[in-house]
Amino acid sequence: MKFMLMMHYAGKGPAIYTWPPKDIQAHIQFMLELNKKLAAAGEFVDAQGLAGAEQAKIVRATKSGPPAITDGPFPESKELLAGFWIVDVASEKRAIEIAATASAAPGLGGERMSIPIELRQVMGAPKIET
Amino acid sequence: MSEAAPESDVGHLLRELAPRVLGALLRRSRDFAAAEDAVQEALLTAIVQWPASGMPRNPGGWLFHVASRRMDDRRESDEARRKRETEVAAQAESFAAEVEPGALEHDDTLELLFTCCHPALTPPSAIALTLRAVGGLTTAEIASAFLVPEATMAQRISRAKQTIQSSDVPLATPGAEERAKRLGDVLHVLYLTFNEGYASSAGEELQRVELSTEAIRLTRALHRSLPDHAETAGLLALLLLTDARRRARSGPLGELIPLDEQDRNLWDRAMIDEGTSLITATFAKGMVGAYQLQAAIASLHDEADRAEATDWPQILALYQLLARMSDNPMVALNHAIATAMVHGPAAGLRLVDSLASDERIAGHHRLDAVRAHLLEFQGEREASIRNFRLAASRTLSLPERNYLMTKAARLANGEPCKTLRS
Repeated sequence: MKFMLMMHYAGKGPAIYTWPPKDIQAHIQFMLELNKKLAAAGEFVDAQGLAGAEQAKIVRATKSGPPAITDGPFPESKELLAGFWIVDVASEKRAIEIAATASAAPGLGGERMSIPIELRQVMGAPKIET
Repeated sequence: MSEAAPESDVGHLLRELAPRVLGALLRRSRDFAAAEDAVQEALLTAIVQWPASGMPRNPGGWLFHVASRRMDDRRESDEARRKRETEVAAQAESFAAEVEPGALEHDDTLELLFTCCHPALTPPSAIALTLRAVGGLTTAEIASAFLVPEATMAQRISRAKQTIQSSDVPLATPGAEERAKRLGDVLHVLYLTFNEGYASSAGEELQRVELSTEAIRLTRALHRSLPDHAETAGLLALLLLTDARRRARSGPLGELIPLDEQDRNLWDRAMIDEGTSLITATFAKGMVGAYQLQAAIASLHDEADRAEATDWPQILALYQLLARMSDNPMVALNHAIATAMVHGPAAGLRLVDSLASDERIAGHHRLDAVRAHLLEFQGEREASIRNFRLAASRTLSLPERNYLMTKAARLANGEPCKTLRS
């Protein structure tokens, strides 16, 4: 079964840009190794980081006329998608385990960040009834 | 028939011959998809027959004969086709000797490149079609290189073929002037293919390295067809001299390592030597173009055994020539770096600031990153940190973002600013 793990900007605490170099390194290394582990376990489908929210836009068609385009940055209080994984795993339990691992990525001072990870199952073909 | 050939030799030969056969077929018909199918079928026949019964004396003629018969057969009824199919392969050997003279000359690869780098195609489509038809990569391989689903890539390639078929632009290129322009398009597509692989060959996306290797292989083939075309030689030299540094430009986890911090022992000496002698010989002929200038600059970097030994005055002179030749803001930005290395960071920053009003590059992370580096050289720590962070927030490459972010963090952490004479 496939799950999408959506990592959100927590929107609180100092931005990663302001951390000491060793903390940034530890964080980056953690994320790269997580992807390697998922690939080695045969569970990795895709993982992408999204470009900065400063470049984000929201596009809405209007009832008539040209579409309405809202530029970023959006209010900081709002949680924004920072990146995602898609994993193919044996159970929801395993997907939760992966999400928990990602959420515990090291942050400032090496402390667990507790990043909110939204876990959603990807819809697929209907189950074969037996 | 000669003696039986080992299978690997057959595979290699077929990969070399396939684009030439396709090119030759396309001079007879505009139907790209049918021509490609016919070549595929001929290749399959060859793969089955040659290792068993031996290589024909004229393998290219054999393939051309089988493929063109397949194409003709498509136009006939299925009934007639079935009847014929069994006979064709058997006859091929005797027919191959009588293939019309010039049907399969070395220029066919070139003609095929002209077709695939067709002006009616967008660059991504031209790259995909070139890799498929000239490079002989499978659709699955190309899809994996571009990180898109195979069905998406199959569709992109098939639409590219339709675009060519319905376009007004002639397949075979007529006049010398049009030919020169189309050759420029071909070189550009090969350059983009290389970049696509090179720029993203760090970290998780290691499979894309194949694109760089393939681009070099195709440019090499083009250079063999046109040994006197200076810009083709220049592009080949540029790709070799750039690819030579690949192993040194990223760390074990894909982190970027800038040129001045790379372990130069990891650079590929053989590629550097080949690239350097190629560009030296080409330069001597005196028809200087943009690829040659970039190759010459790359060779000056590659020839320095330490970053401090880099011949920046010479590089600056080449960038000045290049800037005069092309109105490209990226060239202007590199020119600013070279200026800083020769005349000091303040002179470089003045050029960077003058570029900031160019809307093609304003807001581009490279501009912020170069400004950040030059400010660091000047010892302006706070301004440098600000610009590194700005560049980090604007780049669309993850390894680059990590690098820029770390640069900012180190400076913020009190690490000494780099200077130009350290």
